[in-house]
Amino acid sequence: MKNLFGLLLLIVRRDLLLAMRRRADVLTTLIFFVMVVSLFPLGVGPETDMLRKMAPGVLWVAALLASMLSLGRLFSADYLDGTLEQMLLAPQSLSVLVLGKMASHWMVSGLPLVLMTPVLGLQFDMSVQAIGVLMLGLLLGTPILSMIGAIGAALTLGLRGGGVLLSLLVLPLCIPVLIFGTGAVQAVTSGLSISSHLSLLGALLVLAVAFTPWVTAQALRISME
Amino acid sequence: MAINWFKYSAPTTFYPLAGKLIPWFAASSAILFAAGLYLGFVVAPSDATQGEFYRIIYIHVPSSILSMFLYLVMAGYAALGLIFNTRLSSMMASAVAPTGALFAFIALWTGALWGKPMWGAWWVWDARLTSELILLFLYLGFIALHASIDDPRRADRAAALLAIVGSVNVPIIYFSVKWWNTLHQGSTIKFTGTSMQVTMQQSMFTMLAACWLYAIAIILMRVRSIILERERNTKWITELAEVKK
Repeated sequence: MKNLFGLLLLIVRRDLLLAMRRRADVLTTLIFFVMVVSLFPLGVGPETDMLRKMAPGVLWVAALLASMLSLGRLFSADYLDGTLEQMLLAPQSLSVLVLGKMASHWMVSGLPLVLMTPVLGLQFDMSVQAIGVLMLGLLLGTPILSMIGAIGAALTLGLRGGGVLLSLLVLPLCIPVLIFGTGAVQAVTSGLSISSHLSLLGALLVLAVAFTPWVTAQALRISME
Repeated sequence: MAINWFKYSAPTTFYPLAGKLIPWFAASSAILFAAGLYLGFVVAPSDATQGEFYRIIYIHVPSSILSMFLYLVMAGYAALGLIFNTRLSSMMASAVAPTGALFAFIALWTGALWGKPMWGAWWVWDARLTSELILLFLYLGFIALHASIDDPRRADRAAALLAIVGSVNVPIIYFSVKWWNTLHQGSTIKFTGTSMQVTMQQSMFTMLAACWLYAIAIILMRVRSIILERERNTKWITELAEVKK
């Protein structure tokens, strides 16, 4: 047990270190997120009432797109330099390795978006309470996006046109996360309880942690055989 | 006498069997289509509230049912192929996908045609419509992933994994959109009985059977082409009468 946890930490630290050596990649995802969100007021006009209503959906969709953008890098570097093959051959559990990679991917591409949300929420004139719920939803939801996305990334490893294909495969599967995430914010702004939406998001997160690393490991074995 | 259950799981034996079955399924489908359309559009009375517009259900309902059912069939064959490594199951899965996508598209299209006079809009963001649209996306994802991998064995296995993940997610998507928003009516025909007029019900079931037989015939045709394409380097293919010609 301790061994597995050590392995997990090792992979997370390695991937974070690699990400820190290529800071530009991390920043592009964040800048993309901010830019997509900022385009909406320019596209639909500056009426505050409408923007306030749209904000949760816009931020969630932008977060979804931003996470798609960085998914291609999840396994590709390791695949190209042969590290991934060694990981598959390693006696340790591949699922734990994959879980570590998912966790570090989320810290690099999901967590910054969550931290950036308050600023963007203020731009859309959201209330402090709504911003809090939105952040909570994103905090629960973005790890699920990374985990579902990892399945797609593993399946499309090394394919031509992988990026577009990846979005085609992964986006439909992410719809429940989007619905519950935005639903929580709409509930709080109309004075309803948020617990059902957030509980469902939490349940999806638990399911994802339990199953996606194994499925991704199988997908990697299929892609690498 | 021992029965060999796996006799027809080999492409070699399945190919001629499918060839023999196709005319039967195709002919009975054509007859049932003619009968169902006649019953539905001529014999069945107009609806009390919807007038003549309701008649689109004779195409809409069978294609919606089949689009959902065929996804399960596809995922089932894909899972069989992944677990037991049988070639034919994977070929069946990729043969089912285009027909399932077609039925999903027809269901959406006829739904839009019905929605315009009834709801006053071609499209509403309702739970049923949205989940049917997502189903179409899942079919397209399966087809696209299969098409973009050159090695057919890897393509089979990768697409199979996607189909299985999709089938786990389908109920989640279905209920999430259902809780999110709903306008589409519930089903009229239930296991406990129905409020539908008898002729309407008969023509609906005739159309359902016709679509079902059509799907089987077309899937068998497609799987025969896939067998020919994949096994083109084997001896038994080169010895087939239609290949020699």
